[in-house]
Amino acid sequence: MKALTKQRLFWPVVALLVLLLGDLIASPSFFKIELRDVHLYGNVIDILKNGAPLILIAIGMTLVIATRGIDLSVGAVVAISGALACLWISDNPDGVGTTLIAFGLALGLSLLLGVWNGWLVAALGIQPIIATLILMVAGRGIAQLISDGQIITVNSHSFEWIGSGYLFTLPGAILIALAVFVLASVLVRRSALGLLVEAVGGNPEASRLAGLRSARLTWLVYVFCALCAGIAGLMISANVHSADANHAGLFIELDAILAVVVGGTQLTGGRFSLGGSVIGALLIQTLTTTVNALGIPPESIMLFKAIVVLVVCLLLSPAFRRKFRRRRSPQAGPSAATPAPEKVEVTA
Amino acid sequence: MPEPQPMVRMSGIRKEFPGVLALDGVDFRMFPGEVHALMGENGAGKSTLIKVLTGVYGVDAGTIELTGDEVAFNGPGSAQQAGISTVYQEVNLCPNLSVAENVCLGREPRRFGRIQWGAMRRRAEELLARLDVHVDVSAELSTCSIAVQQLVAIARALDVDARVLVLDEPTSSLDAGEVEQLLQVVRSLRESGMAILFVSHFIDQVFAIADRMTVLRNGKLIGEYRTADITPVELVTKMIGKELQVLEDLEDSGPTRAEVADAPVLLAAEDLGRKGGVAPFSLDIHAGEVVGLAGLLGSGRTELARLLFGADHADSGTIQVDGETTALRTPRAGLDHKIAFLSENRKAEGLVEELTVRENIVLALQASRGWARPLSRRRQDEIAEKYIKALDIRPANPEALVGNLSGGNQQKVLLARWLITEPRLLILDEPTRGIDIGAKTEIQRLVTQLSGDGMAVVYISAELEEVLRLSHRVVVLRDRKVVAIRDNNQALTADDVMATMAEGVQA
Amino acid sequence: MTTLARVKGYRPQQRHLPILATMALLIGAYIFGASSYEAFGSGQVILDLFINNAFLLVVAVGMTFVILTGGIDLSVGSVVALSTVISGDLLQKHGWPAYAAIAVVLVVGALLGAGMGALIHFFEIQPFIATLIGMFFARGLCYTITTEAYSIDNATIATLAQTQIPLGDELHISISVVVALVVVAAAAYVLAFTRFGRTVYSIGGNAQSAMLMGLKTGRTKIAVYTISGVCSALGGLLLVLYKSSGDPLNGVGLELTAIAAVVIGGTILTGGSGYVLGTVLGIMVLGIIQTLITFDGTLNSWWTSIITGALLFVFIVLQRLVTRRTR
Repeated sequence: MKALTKQRLFWPVVALLVLLLGDLIASPSFFKIELRDVHLYGNVIDILKNGAPLILIAIGMTLVIATRGIDLSVGAVVAISGALACLWISDNPDGVGTTLIAFGLALGLSLLLGVWNGWLVAALGIQPIIATLILMVAGRGIAQLISDGQIITVNSHSFEWIGSGYLFTLPGAILIALAVFVLASVLVRRSALGLLVEAVGGNPEASRLAGLRSARLTWLVYVFCALCAGIAGLMISANVHSADANHAGLFIELDAILAVVVGGTQLTGGRFSLGGSVIGALLIQTLTTTVNALGIPPESIMLFKAIVVLVVCLLLSPAFRRKFRRRRSPQAGPSAATPAPEKVEVTA
Repeated sequence: MPEPQPMVRMSGIRKEFPGVLALDGVDFRMFPGEVHALMGENGAGKSTLIKVLTGVYGVDAGTIELTGDEVAFNGPGSAQQAGISTVYQEVNLCPNLSVAENVCLGREPRRFGRIQWGAMRRRAEELLARLDVHVDVSAELSTCSIAVQQLVAIARALDVDARVLVLDEPTSSLDAGEVEQLLQVVRSLRESGMAILFVSHFIDQVFAIADRMTVLRNGKLIGEYRTADITPVELVTKMIGKELQVLEDLEDSGPTRAEVADAPVLLAAEDLGRKGGVAPFSLDIHAGEVVGLAGLLGSGRTELARLLFGADHADSGTIQVDGETTALRTPRAGLDHKIAFLSENRKAEGLVEELTVRENIVLALQASRGWARPLSRRRQDEIAEKYIKALDIRPANPEALVGNLSGGNQQKVLLARWLITEPRLLILDEPTRGIDIGAKTEIQRLVTQLSGDGMAVVYISAELEEVLRLSHRVVVLRDRKVVAIRDNNQALTADDVMATMAEGVQA
Repeated sequence: MTTLARVKGYRPQQRHLPILATMALLIGAYIFGASSYEAFGSGQVILDLFINNAFLLVVAVGMTFVILTGGIDLSVGSVVALSTVISGDLLQKHGWPAYAAIAVVLVVGALLGAGMGALIHFFEIQPFIATLIGMFFARGLCYTITTEAYSIDNATIATLAQTQIPLGDELHISISVVVALVVVAAAAYVLAFTRFGRTVYSIGGNAQSAMLMGLKTGRTKIAVYTISGVCSALGGLLLVLYKSSGDPLNGVGLELTAIAAVVIGGTILTGGSGYVLGTVLGIMVLGIIQTLITFDGTLNSWWTSIITGALLFVFIVLQRLVTRRTR
């Protein structure tokens, strides 16, 4: 069991370390952290702060993927959440109370959107990729509806905090992400949630016959994922002091899915790793920060990202490792046929 | 007279998978105009040997010769081109395509690259007619019964000028009439000079059709024998190394019918039915009773069992458990009433293959506790160890991935899952299908023991001797209807039951 | 059963129901439009639909092949953009002749598609992930070539773009439409009458069986992604004709529209079932919605996405009901 975990997290961690090492070599001051006015600053802090929304969404996405599902609508939820919060704040007097109500509204709506996704998948039995595609397509339109097609700018000190504020010298955003990670991990491992989610993802029908009420679990994971996206949406719009329905959270679902896959959880569901997803999210965020810090033209971010993710996916792919191993140690005797994947029954 | 040259000669075949040595230096040969049966328990290596012969797997060591020339296949396609045709145990066809397409896929009649659909349909009809099958070849394969699908797979194999035909458990989904039909086809193919490899768990079929047998055990070759030189008992002994006496003893153990009839009624179904499943039936199950369900494929046995558990929910009628009316609409409800159901389809409806043995065993118990009350790791380990020992699950490693175990051991893991929930009614649907004789015996012994301890058991099996051996009463189904419920006393014979299955209620 | 079917007096096969539903919706939408707006009733409105969406249709045809095998291609939008950018670069910056540039673009599309297909087949990377990587890769390439849009004023391109092919007195179509329809016809033929096409369906039905049946599944899988790549590249070229520009921001979200069109057209996402004709109908449905919104004039553009989402919902539920009944 330990060997399995070690192997699953091994490559993503290695990739992350290699990337950070590369950063260090290219720019020796990369890891410099300064303490200014009781706040920590530096590239590493940037990675953590800017990566917090992605980490959150990756955590939510992990559980959804573990149940053999996927949630393409998180980007739309991010936009909707930010739009609603900013709308409320801009229409109401500035203050902590207003901000808290705005949070409540945004998270409440996110919850409802999660319930919608859960309903489509659990109650109507629609394939997750298609079910969440609906909200993904309609969601931006809804966000624009809320913000009436405008970019809503807000100027609220208390709202700002969730995006760029600090607590105990660390950015509030990363503390929130950390808290959610810890909460989720505890919930998943200390309760039977982990096993049940892995069973539902591994074989939904067998789990049903074993008495698992998978519908409830399914609702739960989609609601949780939407909630995470809602919080992320608040962070993102707080960071830019505005709600941009078109661009908020653009592509973040793809980044999140990549983070989860790179972190070792398979798209086919079953075994999952929250820690792996966090590492995957950090890896992707580090890519962006690396590009900025090293002065690589920002146009290259995408290309860079694609290549790094490709490398990690190849390393994680058993098929790739098999071919690589075979090239290094020639087999004795004819081994002409490709060995069939483990799925083929080995019953005699 | 000198022996004819073998058409296929496999020498010293060795094949290893991670953690499993599937074949260890196996020799095998096939002669033209002969049916050669490959025998062995599950885990013995039969399926692997076939997949090596048909090009699905490569070998780690050893050679394959076809009519004297050494060959190396790089995929199923090249084996097919060499004249080796296979019909696998799982019907490996495409359900979304038509019957005709499935027969001819990859070899469709074409003109200038364009498929001639009319010619293709006619060819498919011809081939199926040879097997005495007449269906609408334009219909989607998924609309055909499993039996017909199996015959389509065989028709496909006949489409090529095959010199070697491999049949891997071809009769497991066929009824008696269809089996005879198939064996006739095999005989005629044998006459035409084809070399035929026949794998089956049904010993009587093997003795009826095979000229020669090879026995494998644990990946090793035990021996090759001519059918005329070996008896069924000797064959089974070579396969499992144990005696069959154990099975005979089972007949006399366990509670008698009389004792059981006096026991309290555990579950009473009245006019319980489901459209498309089984017509409304009434059945009382007593504590400690073994109720056997007998019937042909498609007669509704599984559907009936699923209704008793809650896997499907009924359209009509009522169920009473311990005298109280309940609606068993979900498996959860069934489990809450201490009913457990072992599905016949352990891969699709039983195991979560990527989880460990321990996790699979505790799954149902954990599900009934809900996610908020986890079983401690220590408790899980205790449970796993206990049942691994009690049921002799191999390998005895609770952290092994259940997908890597052999069929028989997987079945035991599933049994353990249900036994832990301490059911009062245990429903077993084909618990011994596709597993070796050793495990079969153990499971039947277990059923008798559980019944003696007061558990009620519903037992479904295509093998009538098993049903008659274990049951106190036999429920006979035909065409989705319960046609008879008979006490299993001395007077009841297999012929009686089969007659009832075939013709319905006797006057 | 739809009224249409009853009227025709034939019993449609279960698997044809989704496509019939799409057709019904299309006809319904047209009747609604024609009765609400005067100008809607002219035949040119339908033809304009094709003119405006020719590039999308070609892309969606490529996507159909991929989805029929049970896969998905998320890179199409980015490959479209890459095609427009490469065209812009070669034509404007380097003064290449038009047909040479077209050839290069198609080859690039094919290579990218084949690359993704290879990742999926040889390294067993999930199509979603492999094409996602492809999407980022292609988009990344776009940005490294240029960050700003090219305005293309090549003579050949201009001719191709502006030529109108008259159909009768008042109607006309563009060359793009002809190209798109040729692609559709070729695709439909391949899928119905060639071994390759039937292998595509078989992979979608049961990939494992297809392999054991001796079909060349590996080659076919790589081929469908190559086809999708070529279609995306061709779509990009048609987009260049349509807009006379090459923009790295082209095609963002295009893959979603293509997938929506394929799904609305009745092709099941798990593969093995569906027709190119369905995709055509799907594109027409999406196009007609857009046209209706434009004609209305009062609805803001974001309603398009909301309505598309709602439509998707209706169709998916419909598909679900149909497949549930067959069980």
